[in-house]
Amino acid sequence: MTLSFNLLLAACLAYSALLFIVAFAAEKRARAGRLGILRSPLVYTLSLSIYCTAWTFYGAVGYAARSGLEFVTIYLGPTLVIVGWWAMLRKLVRIGRAQRITSIADLISSRYGKSTALGVLVTLLAVIGTTPYIALQLQSVTLSFSVFTDGGVGDETSTGLWVAAGLALFTILFGTRNLDVNEHHHGIVTAIAVEAVVKLVAILAVGAFVVWGVAGGPTAVFALIDASPIAQWQMQQGRWVTLLLLAATAFVCLPRMFQVMVVENTDETHLATAAWAFPLYLLAMSLFVVPIAVVGLAVLPAGSNPDLFVLNVPLAFDKEWLAMLVFLGGFSSATSMVIVAAIALSTMVSNNIVMPIWLNARRGDATLSGDVRNVVLRARRLSIAGVLALGYLYYRLSGGGGALAAIGLIAFLGVAQVMPALVGGLFWRGATRNGAAAGLIVGFVIWIYALFLPGIGTGTVMSAQFLADGPFDIGWLRPRALFGIDGLDPLVHATLWSLGLNASVFVVVSLLGFPGPLERLQGSEFVNVFRFSTAHKGRSPTTAEAEDLLMMAQRILGAREAQALFQATAARQGKDGYLPDVTSDFLERLEREMAGSVGAATAHAMLGQIAGSGAVSVADLMRVADESAQMMEHSIQLEAKSEELGRTARQLREANEKLTAISIQKDAFLSQISHELRTPMTSIRAFSEILREAGMDRETRDRYAGIIHDEALRLTRLLDDLLDLSVLENGQINLHETDVELTDVIDRACTAALSDGARLTIRRVVADERLMLHTDADRLTQVFINIIANAAKYCDAPSPELRITVSACGDGINVDFIDNGGGIPMAQHAVIFEKFSRLGQTRIAGAGLGLAICREIVARLGGQISYLPGQGGAAFRVNLPQARFGAHAVASVA
Amino acid sequence: MPPDPPRDAPLFLARATYRRRRLMDAARLLPVVGAVLFLLPMLWFVSGGTRTAVGGLYLFAIWTGLIVIAAILSRVLVRGEAGGRGRDGPDAAP
Repeated sequence: MTLSFNLLLAACLAYSALLFIVAFAAEKRARAGRLGILRSPLVYTLSLSIYCTAWTFYGAVGYAARSGLEFVTIYLGPTLVIVGWWAMLRKLVRIGRAQRITSIADLISSRYGKSTALGVLVTLLAVIGTTPYIALQLQSVTLSFSVFTDGGVGDETSTGLWVAAGLALFTILFGTRNLDVNEHHHGIVTAIAVEAVVKLVAILAVGAFVVWGVAGGPTAVFALIDASPIAQWQMQQGRWVTLLLLAATAFVCLPRMFQVMVVENTDETHLATAAWAFPLYLLAMSLFVVPIAVVGLAVLPAGSNPDLFVLNVPLAFDKEWLAMLVFLGGFSSATSMVIVAAIALSTMVSNNIVMPIWLNARRGDATLSGDVRNVVLRARRLSIAGVLALGYLYYRLSGGGGALAAIGLIAFLGVAQVMPALVGGLFWRGATRNGAAAGLIVGFVIWIYALFLPGIGTGTVMSAQFLADGPFDIGWLRPRALFGIDGLDPLVHATLWSLGLNASVFVVVSLLGFPGPLERLQGSEFVNVFRFSTAHKGRSPTTAEAEDLLMMAQRILGAREAQALFQATAARQGKDGYLPDVTSDFLERLEREMAGSVGAATAHAMLGQIAGSGAVSVADLMRVADESAQMMEHSIQLEAKSEELGRTARQLREANEKLTAISIQKDAFLSQISHELRTPMTSIRAFSEILREAGMDRETRDRYAGIIHDEALRLTRLLDDLLDLSVLENGQINLHETDVELTDVIDRACTAALSDGARLTIRRVVADERLMLHTDADRLTQVFINIIANAAKYCDAPSPELRITVSACGDGINVDFIDNGGGIPMAQHAVIFEKFSRLGQTRIAGAGLGLAICREIVARLGGQISYLPGQGGAAFRVNLPQARFGAHAVASVA
Repeated sequence: MPPDPPRDAPLFLARATYRRRRLMDAARLLPVVGAVLFLLPMLWFVSGGTRTAVGGLYLFAIWTGLIVIAAILSRVLVRGEAGGRGRDGPDAAP
């Protein structure tokens, strides 16, 4: 033990300086865009090695010295997980990249509908589980220091303080340098990779020294093992299974592992390399553990701490430089773990606890300004300092020693509580937020009660009597024998109950519940991540994607506001869903919106980070479009189309019916018109032939000539009507508009229509008729005559009556003609205004042109004539514009 | 919810695609096989147990085997993915 404390301190500081330089250089390279080796699979694999903390670096040998091969489960669990990367880790990493996950709390929160509560829960769990672990690292560093100083120079607590402070400085410097949207810390990852190499080299050097330098070759080592106290493998089956499970679970769920494996991942294919390279690293780390342990047991004095065999064996053989290397290896293990854990925890605390609180508090303000980036960074820096302070405090309060060493596995089980929610979230769309929360809480409580509190030392929180008898002497609530299951190893017992009940409650509550829309959307995105996304070759920082913008905007503006904004923009662009095209207009608008909450400069900077240039591809849009939303949209479109088709078909059918009816009418008319034309023609021909014969007195000749004249007039009238209609239809009519009183028009019409002695009583309210019209009085009279004459002709009542009522309607007037006859059958309503339309019967002469002419005239006058059903008899309504001077000038010109 | 069968999944696949699918299956099975082999020593203790040296050799041998198989599988899987198949097959999600 001749290595001076100062030399050790100098080596330690030099090593730290080297790490600073490495991290700084890496950051600089990354900033310049020359990523190269920084994002190679090698660096990724080495960064995973923070799984091997000081607890495993020193502790594995101690573990082996106490319990033989059991230590290896801690490495075998992660091996199984990463060897099966295709089944789970690949999906996890893909989701992490697709959803821009920043921590395991973020993942759980995001999966279950971006629930803040779940994020807080997981964060708390992580902080409680990690703090003792950080304390453990501080302890191991101070302990290894004390080996060199014999516990003499410098007191241990101050060493711990300095280490904690130095780590906080490093982490804050390189962990919160910038607020990267991708959460990549190239400097730190590179420094960790360097530390990983130092760790490995140190342990391999000691191993090689022990095997070939001390024991004298592999065969001798086997002999030594067989001669040692751990020659016989004492396997506790329960612990073997439990430890395998816990280590596998912790490998995924530990915040620091999630950080390096998912968050810091720059390329998915790195996972394929890590799938074999990382187990190889673990194998190399554990290859010499048993040899070192047995050599330590053989050569070191009885009673020496087996946790420090790695350090003490070289020292025992006076290999001080080797011991120095080991010290640096242990230092590396401790520091890299603490750094990444602090970053992971600070990200969780700032994103899941501080930011929601801050944004909530801000929302109440009248002026929503401020720099959200600075808030986030400050929150992270404070969290890092806070986490390390907590770790240090825990180390001081627990007083170090064996109680702390046991905390490693206890922490494993704590973070393992996230596993059911995580696995369920990845593979089961039915997993709900309530289920996850209930499971987490149940598992968390049992873990605290059955393992954490009893584990941090009997008598500190739980008295020995409490442990033996349970609370209030309730036997089945004994922390180490829950529900009467006694005699199990405490770890196995707690794992069984906490994970078992956690998973059961999670599944049952999920099965019974009904998730909200956002939960289901996120569930579908997570579970079907491979259907929506394609493998990206790293995140390109220069392409603006609507999804990225939405994700960022949600974090700044709040999920609902951002979604509403994006949806509105998308709707304006004529698109469905939440993702509009990233146009400059939209970016401007978004920036404005965000500036309203976080200040213009920040909004601009944040947008600038994402929206450099580049276009959004259809594939990107498709990826996030929710499956069910797409289906629904599709079916709505189909429905609309089929409705439209139905409408068109109905219209066609109606048109066809009308055409058929008109065709029948036309046939009827043709026979009618030929009849109408032939009757007078026959009379004219017959009487003119008679007239040609001689011997006829003058009186008879006059009578016959009179008949011929009358018949000719009838023909003329018929032809006039036809001509009239054709002129009207072609719009070649001249209107002579004057101002007239409606009552005069009706007077004239009644007089004319009833001049041939028709027995029709007219009922009028003359007072209502005193309205001025600007219209062609003669034409209007013609219309009224036609209607009144029709009533006189067709009304089949015993004493026919016609009511004429006048009423104002909007800016027009309605003149209704209602008789008391049988009316017009429904089927005829559609065709009575057509040409040649006659109401079936032919007992009354007429060509069926009257109403057609009326319709044309009224249309020319700017009005409308329609049949008014449901009035007790035939009823016609003539709607006329009231005194619109000059309104028909155009019509008269046309 | 069972993974809904994709409507456009072909019934018969080209030989290369079929092989790739089976490789994926193998990659998913590998951790299961590993777990079984790592748990196997528990049976040894039914009748007496074994020496640490033998147990260690067994575990490290299995471990090495897993690493070698994982290396081969991931190499082939990644090469297949880079070779034009941008999208995963419908049964890629387990």
